[in-house]
Amino acid sequence: MNAAVRWLAGLPAYLWSGWGAVASLLLCLALWEWLAGFYGELILPDPRAALSTLAGLLAGGGAWSELGITARRALAGFVLALAAGSALGLAAGLSMTAAMMSRPVVTVLIGTPPIAWLVLALLWFGAGDGTPVFTVFVAAFPVIFVGAMQGARTVDGQLAELAAAYRLPARMRLTDVYLPHVLSYLFPAWITALGISWKVVVMAELLATSDGVGAALAVTRSHLDTAATLAWILAVVGTLLAVEYLLLEPLKRAVERWRSTT
Amino acid sequence: MNTVPAPRRLLARGVGHAYALRTVLEGIDFELPAGRVMALVGPSGCGKTTLLHLVAGLLAVREGRIESNFSTPASVFQQPRLLPWKNALDNIALGLKAAGVARAEREARAAELGVRVGLAADDLQKFPHQLSGGMQSRVALARALVLGPDLLLLDEPFSALDVGLKAELYALLAEHLAGREMAVLMITHDLMEAVRLSDDILVMAASPGRVVARFALDRPAARRDDDFVYRRTAELLRDATVRESFGLPPQVCAQTPEDAACETALQAVHTVRPGAAPARGGLRC
Repeated sequence: MNAAVRWLAGLPAYLWSGWGAVASLLLCLALWEWLAGFYGELILPDPRAALSTLAGLLAGGGAWSELGITARRALAGFVLALAAGSALGLAAGLSMTAAMMSRPVVTVLIGTPPIAWLVLALLWFGAGDGTPVFTVFVAAFPVIFVGAMQGARTVDGQLAELAAAYRLPARMRLTDVYLPHVLSYLFPAWITALGISWKVVVMAELLATSDGVGAALAVTRSHLDTAATLAWILAVVGTLLAVEYLLLEPLKRAVERWRSTT
Repeated sequence: MNTVPAPRRLLARGVGHAYALRTVLEGIDFELPAGRVMALVGPSGCGKTTLLHLVAGLLAVREGRIESNFSTPASVFQQPRLLPWKNALDNIALGLKAAGVARAEREARAAELGVRVGLAADDLQKFPHQLSGGMQSRVALARALVLGPDLLLLDEPFSALDVGLKAELYALLAEHLAGREMAVLMITHDLMEAVRLSDDILVMAASPGRVVARFALDRPAARRDDDFVYRRTAELLRDATVRESFGLPPQVCAQTPEDAACETALQAVHTVRPGAAPARGGLRC
């Protein structure tokens, strides 16, 4: 409740601070426009063509349902990775042995390209939701796992001593000493993992499904419709930017007020 | 509850401690009754902090015994050790929350003590990283005092502060001690700090950590002025055992008439030393 009020109260100042970000995005658009002047319509249509195609797709209504399907798959994989990665990562962080044993496994998971998992997932799950959800899960899981493990491993011994000296009961040690610390590691990991999920799901859909943004991209590619391809890319990137900067970043600021250096 | 009014005290008999094969403490004896302030003075690495950890129950006593019938001990550590995600008020109230005091009451008590140690009302709402080092130390001190402890354990809590802040916090502590039957065990490497605040001074030497001299200061802390503190500190620093424990070279006094006082002063501070033969081999006054 308090956090929600703080989030709303902080929003105007936060949005105002976003002018710098807007300026840098507009610079990118300018660069795009400039390059489009060299290459022509088929290779690189200018931003206006892409934006008007996107507006057409959104007005037609089809884009929303494709985005919805993609979001559902990304979120399903992400939530599974969040639950499993946080729980297992914390457990691994509490035991030195488990941490040491899980390290190489995590390195393997991070090092394996998502496309390899995708091929395996296609064999295991076929065409359907299972393939993109699994691929997202496998790509996001190790990132969250490592964050949780680091959080549990780096709990400050001095604060643990403080908790003992002031006779904090077990529940208070968890909620007042360990969790806030662990969250400061987990939250950034969650945000990174969400970004990964959103990227990986589009790739998985491109190869594995007949609906969703990825599938739509496959169709535009086969039609050599570069403007529509760019329109879909804009839709995906725009959604990610909106979620990250309107929801997650302010939330992070509210949760981690104690960290801010004002 | 213990209904027999046994006198409260902290007792250490033959306490020793070793980390692996390295002995850090050996044969520590002392008794600290309620209402007295005892300082453990010694060079860095003489096992002072280990001893305090043993007393606070943060380490298990393996050699000798430590008995305490104080009911509410509280510790102030070398660093403030505030929880970075709690504001000053909630940090002060930490021990009260652990003891199950209701929110309204613990916040009122924490705020009251916060103001007493010199924190402004808006400082109480700040997070530790927004407070200066001195303010953080005040919060740490308030966090201990708000519990109304009958035994206060201080681990060089003011060592990182400048002279002015130190003096302020000494005054705060002295004011808090006056009229309370609170026992204080403080460790410090600063002799002047010990002379200013404590009733008994135990001088420790390193490898292994042991008590090499004991001094008692008879004037009550409230009546010690700067002059008294400087004079007694200087006297202590002339003591051969103290010099040796801190690794200072033996002192050679100039042959001036004023230094005739040197010898008499030393005899005065030696009165409470256990054992008949004071080790003053290196002193050539």
